[in-house]
Amino acid sequence: MATAAAALAIPYAPEAAHASGRWGMRLLIATESSFFAYLLFSYFYLGSMAPAWPPDGPPSLTVAGPDTVILLSSSVTLWWAERGIARGAQTRLRAGLLITFVLGAVFIALQAWEWSQKTFTPQTSAYGSLYFTVTGFHGAHVVAGLLMNLVVQVWAWRGLFTRDRHALVSNAALYWHFVDAVWVVVFTSLYLVPRLA
Amino acid sequence: MTPSGSTSPAATAVSSQLSRARLAEIWETPADLRGILSSVDHKTIGKRYLVTAFVFFILGGLEAVVMRAQLVHGDMHLLTPEAYNQLFTMHGVTMIFLFASPVLSGFSNYLWPLMIGSRDMAFPRVNALSYWTFLLAGIFLYSSFLVGQAPDGGWFGYAPMTQRAYSPGLNIDFYALGLIYLGISTTVGAVNFIATFFTLRAPGMSLDRVPVILWGTLTVSFLIVFFIPALTVASTFLYLDRNVGTHFFDAANGGHPLLWQHLFWIFGHPWVYIVVLPAMGLASDIIPTFCRRPLAGYTFVALATIATGIVGSGVWLHHMFATGLPPLAMSFFSGASMTIAIPSGVSVAAWLATIWYGRPVFKVPFLFMIGFIILFVIGGVNGVMTAPVPFDWQLTDTYFVVAHLHYVLLGINVFPVFGALYYWMPKMSGRMMSERIGRWVFWLMFAGMNLAFFPMHITGMLGMARRVYTYPSGMGWDAANLVTTVGAVVFAAGVLLFLVDLVRSLRVGPLAGDNPWDAPTLEWSTTSPPPPYNFAVLPTVRSRYPLWEDRIPEGARSIVGRGPVLDDGRETIGTSPLDADPVAVLHMPPDSSWPLLLALALTVVFYALLAVSWLWTGVGALLVFICLVGWLTPSRPSRGAGED
Repeated sequence: MATAAAALAIPYAPEAAHASGRWGMRLLIATESSFFAYLLFSYFYLGSMAPAWPPDGPPSLTVAGPDTVILLSSSVTLWWAERGIARGAQTRLRAGLLITFVLGAVFIALQAWEWSQKTFTPQTSAYGSLYFTVTGFHGAHVVAGLLMNLVVQVWAWRGLFTRDRHALVSNAALYWHFVDAVWVVVFTSLYLVPRLA
Repeated sequence: MTPSGSTSPAATAVSSQLSRARLAEIWETPADLRGILSSVDHKTIGKRYLVTAFVFFILGGLEAVVMRAQLVHGDMHLLTPEAYNQLFTMHGVTMIFLFASPVLSGFSNYLWPLMIGSRDMAFPRVNALSYWTFLLAGIFLYSSFLVGQAPDGGWFGYAPMTQRAYSPGLNIDFYALGLIYLGISTTVGAVNFIATFFTLRAPGMSLDRVPVILWGTLTVSFLIVFFIPALTVASTFLYLDRNVGTHFFDAANGGHPLLWQHLFWIFGHPWVYIVVLPAMGLASDIIPTFCRRPLAGYTFVALATIATGIVGSGVWLHHMFATGLPPLAMSFFSGASMTIAIPSGVSVAAWLATIWYGRPVFKVPFLFMIGFIILFVIGGVNGVMTAPVPFDWQLTDTYFVVAHLHYVLLGINVFPVFGALYYWMPKMSGRMMSERIGRWVFWLMFAGMNLAFFPMHITGMLGMARRVYTYPSGMGWDAANLVTTVGAVVFAAGVLLFLVDLVRSLRVGPLAGDNPWDAPTLEWSTTSPPPPYNFAVLPTVRSRYPLWEDRIPEGARSIVGRGPVLDDGRETIGTSPLDADPVAVLHMPPDSSWPLLLALALTVVFYALLAVSWLWTGVGALLVFICLVGWLTPSRPSRGAGED
């Protein structure tokens, strides 16, 4: 096996199809970032022409503030898990994935609760449409990240990942960090910027 | 593996035969139904893209011919206004989204691995997904005709006309969802091109040695990654406004119709470059072959391609000069729009210099290139004419704009594409097309195109508005419209003759051999049609034109057809992004049914959304999830993997 690779004096990479998935994930993140940029462009564009934006004053930070901390800490736990498998520590991978999943699920639950407390709906005004669409699309990305986490966890429990072979874990982690980073931008735009005015 | 360097020539020949048989066994897709539905061969996918895009081209062309029959003179009532609206909308949507871009994806899919000396694209299964979603999104859009409710708001579907109150049918829902779906296809395709460009170029094919089509497709792939989401956001808002009761484009409740126009044109103008830059790349690769010399100013052409992509992403406002924007914004975008003439001029100068200093051989593909350059200049000039704001105000929404956009799209997309079909068809089919019929095809298309669209400059300046199903006789527009219709028929006759030539060539065309045009790039070093594995031995490249090196007395020598054979499974060589130094032997995935299944699951989602059925949308999403898991499930770690 891999004698041709030896003749060319380069490594044989049986998992390269997964490793080049890194390129795919980076570009997926690039295009998804653009997606959120256009959502926020729409938010600021309509806001720039509105007499009052948001119409009822800035949204409360009571839930969203702690929720942000929870989501950001889930990036740390996932980083810890990925570092674990990079050293071959199966238990650390599994535990880290599990904690990350729980933190992400709590984020979504709190977000759903915050939605239920809103006095407006997507049908009330353009602001309501944008608030729910932007946070809704972000929430959908968190759910996608949770599903990825779930699948990767199942594979982790079945022992499919090793120290040298865990590109899927790294890709799923990259996606999760991206979802967290987007939340920082969404949170800043929807919750913090209105307070500056 | 065949260490051909260390054995006698005779032994090498024998082992090379064995290697080819072995490679064919590894890479060949079985010809049964399962094989057809699961193939990930970039050549198969490329050909499917070309054929499917061509079918849409013919559908869009028929729509145009029917419209021209309606407009042949004033006060005609062949079509109702409603039918006319659907026809011009679907003509635009078809030509722009289902032909102009996918046909170039077809060429790029087919040619890229052959041109860069690889065995497939970086993500072969994603490539299959890109094709299936393109096909199914096209079918989704066209299924609107079955219920008599095809999109009817123009290809740019302006709000508020597209809001539920003014457009109660399913027409615009088909449009919004179809464009979102098609965006998925385009995006995954673009991701694949970018990854392929940066990982799979043959050893030694550094950035200054790639064929120009790669620069074109790479540039537009980045445009797609960054700008398709604007269309996706716009179409999502449109769908939500129509079906959920949101207010994005509803001025009465804090929304704004211009939000649609901004989002649409942020995407829409880069899209113009998406459908022309790869075609310009095709021209830059074809012209040198028929001028018998390298392309003049290669570096400038490559940089002009990228520059056009960058400047082209900042000119969208010029589609909105008539919407009451601040003068400063209009001046800026007007200036930026005129700037685009510079990189375009650089490319034209490079082609003309190549012809001027070369020894042109006037074969059919080259005729199409000449036609392309002429039409490009006309389409560029009448485009720059509309860049200044006052002139744009006078002409916007008239036939002058129709003339401009058809000179651009036919001139810079259709003509290079037909030239490229004549040029690469011998590689794809192994048979030559007819030189004699080809000349007729060219002259019919070229004459038809100018007859049809040049008079539109005049009818436009005389004030004839586009997108109106008829016009009163006696406005002085009748003669020009008659000429336009005649031109459309002549053009259609050219396309028909092309199809005749194609069928004839596939059946009885003379065999082409490996390199019928004596062309310089790597795809011509393998057989016609190429074997499933493309190259038995992957080449090592030392210059821009590897197959012309023997005519240059001194200089670099590429290595084609000698060296180790990679035949321990589906393998190709991965190289570094800039210098293309070999870094690893890559293992490529086998044929797979997951791409088709995933595309079908997505189709369930989009039809469910069309019916506003959240239950079925959920079912479809679940199917999508299952397909993704099935696709990505890793095999158990094999013993020894990661240890060599």
